Amino acid sequence: MSSVLYDAPGPVARRRELWGSVIGTLVILGALFLAARYAAGRGVFQADRWDVLWDPPKGQSAGAVWRSILVNGLGATLRAAAIAAPLALVLGLLLAVWRRAANAVVRAPAIAVVELFRGLPVLVVMFFGWVGFGMKPMQAVIFGLVLYNMAIIAEILRAGLAALPRGQAEASLAIGMTRWQTLRTVELPQAVRTMTPSLVAQLVVLLKDSSLGFIIGYPELLRAIQNNTQYFGQKYSVALFAVGALVYLAINISLSRLAVRLQRRGSKRTAGAIDGQRAAAELPAGAVVLDPAAGRDRMGP
Amino acid sequence: MRTHVARTAALAAAALLALGACASDNGGGGGGGATAGDFPEGSTMARLAEAGAVKVGTKFDQPLFGLVGPDGVPEGFDVEIAKIIASELGIGEDGITWEETVSAVREDAIANGTVDFVVATYTINDTRKEKISFAGPYYVAGQALLTLKENTDIQGVDDIAGKKICTVSGSTPEQNLLENYPEAEVVPFAAYSDCLEPLRNNQVDAISTDNVILAGFAAENDDLEVRGDQFTDEPYGIGLAKDDTDFRNFINDVLEKAYEDGRWAEAWEKTAGTVLPTPEPPAVDRY
Amino acid sequence: MDIFVDNLPAYWSGFRVTLLLTLYSGAASLVVGAVLAAFRVAPLRPLRIFATTYVEVFRNTPLTLVFFGMVLVAPQFGIIPPLGFWTAVLCLTLYTSAFVSEALRSGINSVGVGQAEAARAIGLTFGQSLTLVILPQAVRTVIPPLINVIIALAKNTSVAAGFATVELLASGRRLTQAYPGEGMLIFAGVAAFYLLFTIPAGLLATSIEKKVAFAR
Repeated sequence: MSSVLYDAPGPVARRRELWGSVIGTLVILGALFLAARYAAGRGVFQADRWDVLWDPPKGQSAGAVWRSILVNGLGATLRAAAIAAPLALVLGLLLAVWRRAANAVVRAPAIAVVELFRGLPVLVVMFFGWVGFGMKPMQAVIFGLVLYNMAIIAEILRAGLAALPRGQAEASLAIGMTRWQTLRTVELPQAVRTMTPSLVAQLVVLLKDSSLGFIIGYPELLRAIQNNTQYFGQKYSVALFAVGALVYLAINISLSRLAVRLQRRGSKRTAGAIDGQRAAAELPAGAVVLDPAAGRDRMGP
Repeated sequence: MRTHVARTAALAAAALLALGACASDNGGGGGGGATAGDFPEGSTMARLAEAGAVKVGTKFDQPLFGLVGPDGVPEGFDVEIAKIIASELGIGEDGITWEETVSAVREDAIANGTVDFVVATYTINDTRKEKISFAGPYYVAGQALLTLKENTDIQGVDDIAGKKICTVSGSTPEQNLLENYPEAEVVPFAAYSDCLEPLRNNQVDAISTDNVILAGFAAENDDLEVRGDQFTDEPYGIGLAKDDTDFRNFINDVLEKAYEDGRWAEAWEKTAGTVLPTPEPPAVDRY
Repeated sequence: MDIFVDNLPAYWSGFRVTLLLTLYSGAASLVVGAVLAAFRVAPLRPLRIFATTYVEVFRNTPLTLVFFGMVLVAPQFGIIPPLGFWTAVLCLTLYTSAFVSEALRSGINSVGVGQAEAARAIGLTFGQSLTLVILPQAVRTVIPPLINVIIALAKNTSVAAGFATVELLASGRRLTQAYPGEGMLIFAGVAAFYLLFTIPAGLLATSIEKKVAFAR
């Protein structure tokens, strides 16, 4: 992989690189090997600590275990995200529109709401709903996810609207459209199209945030893992955790890849970045200023 | 234009989905001999018997009292007591919808009608009586300590000064420790089961909560044992709406009946009795 | 209102822990994140692979899962960090450094390619180009996203409430036990404390962003 930061390697550099690669790989593999050996010494890899996945005790079937993890646990995670996402999108859209209103009476509360929910941790909003309003865990999770993400989506759309060339709005007004018509037919469609990668990335964060339901007792994927560990015994904790981690990684990585693909389809070809690699999915060069949601709001637990 | 219509349709669909997801299930009725006519008109009992369905709040993660397996149905002593009450209303097991009520939300779940009553290792105390009312008690537990068998430092509650005691954040045992044993260091987690691994790794010295919950853990794990006597009295009651005196009297009657005819003892032996000796049923408190 | 005033010490001690968590994890993440960013652009392939894997894994894992793994699974592998505060710092650092490294990398990429080419053209090595030419320019662009990452970190410390750390959210939860039925008021207080940190920090980030933005 070539990069502008260093010359294409000559024979001496290539040999040095080879040695470096070999040593580096050995060090990393060695560390992994030691960890694995320690774990094996504690019996982590014995078959009987993993048999909960294909032949569980206590008269339960393996199908029931997998169903509780994938269908009930993962299903609950996806269900919360599927309900929260459209609500957050719609409310975020409304907030973005109100934030641009000419009337300060509409604009000021919108700004306040957005800043309020951007500044609060999602978990605190969930607790507010759970303990404060006495909602059931699922409702509290959706409550937290919607309120937080609607503020972020409002900010994303605001940035998208701000990035449009002013000529668009001016031209629509010049041909006699009202402000509302301009917004609806000219500005918003373009803004949404430009910010689709950011929006998709934010929805990935929404999905990750559903795991906070673990702390308030919502039976999502992590809780399902925990319940199974408790039901069958602590010795299965590693096996069940491994399954949970893989499921989360699989889903989130595939959604992130989707976001990258959407972004690449939309963005223009550039001269290439300094490091020669693809730009990060959510922080493309130059969009740092454009995308206010990058970093602060995309990092949710 | 098209996207606008599509978006409105999506919003409507999402709203419908949300409503559907939040609405509770009503299972079919069945079993039991009582009918709606046996109860005074307008009472909770008549309403539930007529609907043939009842919503019960219980714990899903307490061994012996309310523990849910992969099939999603909880089992335990609290569950059995709830089933007895339901059967006296003419509602069979399929008519019961089980809701998980963790400690922090029990009062609110009753207040906003998410559940009809709560049987969830629910300690009766006066602060709670301001918001809801209690039938029972149906069992008296007590706070105790669980340690590793090989750890002999802690033999009872007098030894916990300076030690790390694990418990659940926002629970009564945590509050009791903070108020009455300030020399002990309280380590809070989101659930009791999260405390087990740190105990095994000596990151905490003991777990403290009601002795029956600890006994459940000790039964499942050979390397742990309950230490010392209980140092509080935790009467477990059935939580229900504050001013529903008729319902409370009804449940108290059911409990006393179950004490007499052996159903209470049978429920105990099926669940907690596998690990703990069968105690005498406590006298119900009609206040 | 009285609840809030009477229990100000409890709120304050929780808030202090939150601030300390943010401080330590933030500092550590900046260091680790910088190292990871350097790995990602380094000439050695294993370093690049290691850093890319690390970043991809931690960006796609929920923080709750990281905590869960560290507290309940890592001990099985012999990794037993001191429970509570330092475990939280460790988990938060592992998680946040991935985001720091991505912010730094985008900062490096935002410096015009011509700068790097010119540095090579006058014969600077990889290390020299990075430290003398690229990074000083990247710092300007990188500060607002880094502030945003720190704000997110401060909010993420709330997850530690479920795992043996008595920070602001956990303190609030203890109070709801002492005052059942006053949950809304108590958590409004919790929210106020979080906003005390995040809103000023957000304003700072926006103002710096406006100052460093310039046409490319």
